[in-house]
Amino acid sequence: MAKAARSPLSDALWRRPNLLLVLLVTPPLLWLGIVYLGSLFALLAQSFFSIDEFSGLINYEFTLKTYGELLRASNFDILLRTIAMASAVTIGAAIVAFPIAYYAARYARGRWKAVFYLGVMLPLWSSYLVKVYSWKLILAKEGILNWLFETLHLAWVLEAYLAIPAIGGNSLSVSWTGTFLVFLYVWLPFMILPIQASLERVPPSMLEASGDLGARPGQTLRHVILPLALPGIIAGSIFTFSLTMGDYIIPQIVGTSARMIGQAVYQFQGTAGNIPLAAAFAVVPIVVMGIYLTLAKRAGAFNAL
Amino acid sequence: MHSKAPLGLKVAAIGGLLFLHLPILLIFVYAFTTEEKSYQWPPPGLTLKWFEVTWNRPDVWQALGLSLRVASVSTVIAMVLGTLCAAAVARSKFFGRETISLLVILPIALPGIITGISLRSAFNIADMPFSTWTIILGHATFCIVVVYNNAVARFRRTSASLIEASMDLGATYWQTLRFVIMPNIATALLAGGMLAFALSFDEVIVTTFTAGQQQTLPIWMLEELVRPRQRPVTNVVAMVVVLVTFLPILGAYYLTRGTETVAGQGK
Repeated sequence: MAKAARSPLSDALWRRPNLLLVLLVTPPLLWLGIVYLGSLFALLAQSFFSIDEFSGLINYEFTLKTYGELLRASNFDILLRTIAMASAVTIGAAIVAFPIAYYAARYARGRWKAVFYLGVMLPLWSSYLVKVYSWKLILAKEGILNWLFETLHLAWVLEAYLAIPAIGGNSLSVSWTGTFLVFLYVWLPFMILPIQASLERVPPSMLEASGDLGARPGQTLRHVILPLALPGIIAGSIFTFSLTMGDYIIPQIVGTSARMIGQAVYQFQGTAGNIPLAAAFAVVPIVVMGIYLTLAKRAGAFNAL
Repeated sequence: MHSKAPLGLKVAAIGGLLFLHLPILLIFVYAFTTEEKSYQWPPPGLTLKWFEVTWNRPDVWQALGLSLRVASVSTVIAMVLGTLCAAAVARSKFFGRETISLLVILPIALPGIITGISLRSAFNIADMPFSTWTIILGHATFCIVVVYNNAVARFRRTSASLIEASMDLGATYWQTLRFVIMPNIATALLAGGMLAFALSFDEVIVTTFTAGQQQTLPIWMLEELVRPRQRPVTNVVAMVVVLVTFLPILGAYYLTRGTETVAGQGK
């Protein structure tokens, strides 16, 4: 058989796979390295500068003063508040997500499997702002939720709830409960998918064995299913925690006037012009997520992603 | 095992799904309301008037145009870079392989505000004026991961011996790429591209930092959310945005259905 004339380039690439590899990775590496890592380092570097309080100009000398400012009471409150909210949203999301994921993984078959899959996928991918907007409609004073409470003659329940300090407020749309609900709604699909992935890997025979050995359904859930779902829950919590911590739009649109980290970063870099402090604030989520990811990796959560 | 689900579980699961969908459906109702000053429920009346009003709003069209341009260009860049990266990571083990997969995921694993503020400060340092290209730079960066996730899964399932066979039979690299590799990964790429498009089309957090004075559609919406001017127009735009993003997601689902990894799981 006549040997096809192959270009020298093809032959060279075939004989030296490493050359091909270099050609493949160079463009994406250059892009991510320059555009992304470059920017990230530019940001980190700025957090070590400080701002001159009188002139408002940035002082380009190495200092830890800006990080010291994070510990000032008003700033430290922002950090605590944000981490508390991120934790609450994560726990809430895990509780709401588990039954959905469990049902989808174990009982949904055929058509229902597709319904559950798309039922989680479509909200996950639909526009973030539209989702936030829909909650502005729901929580508004003249909106559907208040209407519902009034129609059911339960308005007093809502009022009693709003009277509770800290989580209540003048109306749901300006309370922490409102902020919490919107966060929970927007990030819920990110919790469902990894839990479902980890539950799909649990062999049904294991649950049968647990039942055969005399465990009540509650015991099977507690001692067999939950431990096996834990990597999925942790994987999901990475998303819910990180996304809540960095968000600045939801607390701005639904919630009280007290700020979260994202809003502080936004204001310090924008109107206040204090880029070093904004950068230092931005480093907090990076560090918290770094610790979180290390712990999660140890718990084997990455296999469930 | 075909046991039936306990009633409580069924109720919680279906209740959860309803919780995810009812708020979006609510917007569809609001797009037809006759009330224009408040978010009154139930709507006092229904009308199609606002569709016409929205249709005649040049600012909406401008924002939509910019969003479509940005999403198209970012998707193309992300598809090229994501596929290259996936091809390298899936086919061989090399030094720094783990680092590359981490690097690809990082722009989406870290909160968007960090990506946004980093890019903005880098643009400032480099003295780059804000333009459509600064938006694209940001969007392409976080879209790479979506294409990468889809492509890497498909590459792993495509057997390397196919490529070897093709080369052994005398095909050039170009021919192998064209007739063996592409048909195998095409649907995964298309699905990744569609998801990247959807992701870019409604991204707002990074965009607020990289857009300058320009308005993409999500930025337009954000403005309306913070300072409402004409609520019914916002309702109509919100509904259209939901419909526009549903199409690529359904498309990506049908393209990758039946394979073990379905597109979009790692947004």
